[in-house]
Amino acid sequence: MSTSEDRSMESVEKKKKPNYYLIWFVLFALTVVEVAIAYLSGLPRTLLIAILLALAFWKATLVAMYYMHLKYERLRLILVATAPIPLVIILILGVLLEYAQ
Amino acid sequence: MTNEAAVLSGGVRAEPGMRVYNQKLGMWVFLASEVMFFAGLIGAYVILRFGAGPWALPGIPLEEGGTPLNINLTAFNTFMLICSSVTMVKAYASIENGDQKGLRRFLLLTVLLGAAFVGVQIFEYMKLTEHGFLPHCTEELAAIVPNCHLFGSTFYTMTGFHGAHVSIGVLCLIFVSIKAFRGKYTQDNHGGVEVVGLYWHFVDLVWIILFTIVYLI
Repeated sequence: MSTSEDRSMESVEKKKKPNYYLIWFVLFALTVVEVAIAYLSGLPRTLLIAILLALAFWKATLVAMYYMHLKYERLRLILVATAPIPLVIILILGVLLEYAQ
Repeated sequence: MTNEAAVLSGGVRAEPGMRVYNQKLGMWVFLASEVMFFAGLIGAYVILRFGAGPWALPGIPLEEGGTPLNINLTAFNTFMLICSSVTMVKAYASIENGDQKGLRRFLLLTVLLGAAFVGVQIFEYMKLTEHGFLPHCTEELAAIVPNCHLFGSTFYTMTGFHGAHVSIGVLCLIFVSIKAFRGKYTQDNHGGVEVVGLYWHFVDLVWIILFTIVYLI
């Protein structure tokens, strides 16, 4: 392994940590918004589902990026962690197509 | 590069190639397989639900086809799990700074919040079964809740598997807490805290998705 890699590893290790309480507050606020939206009956159903799913994925991304520190990991570990995501998309699209038939 | 230089801040040796210690890499690979496990459950739910027709929705009275689930109670449970995630990451941040007291305090809080989540889920199950909402609903409830049997089966399968994951997580956290109280983790050796933390955050992440899909949509 080269010396430059050592230095780069050190810089990853020492990177400034995020404000965990701020992330917690955002997660809490998004949950409140989600529950409030779910009770709204005026919105078209498709739009409501799209908004709720977007909020859920936003929250999940925040947890993965900041609490699981994926944002601060090396690309090769990020690739290992995110490897199943394309497979999940294929699986969900596959079952939706099954339903469409 | 010397062998000493290859030791990461967690106190465990980096492996060539990935430059991540084995336990952490192993946990990430395990979590990748867990993603597929829950994707399978969610995929099954999607096809069953959309193929079934009308479904019990939130914001509508139960008698008019509303959901028998107590969304406010589960929202509170979700809040507790989010809180447990912040206490877990604070435990990790504490030991990274060599703060033993902080590590023990935050680990203990995480265990309590995790156990409380499981407790509330058991309470929720008891209340739901009292009202006849089972994997195979009572005839009275099936008469007012659309596709009640299917709803019940998918609900208990998904939330039950998640609850089992949380319970296992609580047991792992108790194990790590005991080690923390015995002073086994230090600023230079705390890989165990990081690895159990990754599992715990994943359980929180899965719940965020399940809560939306099962309770709110």
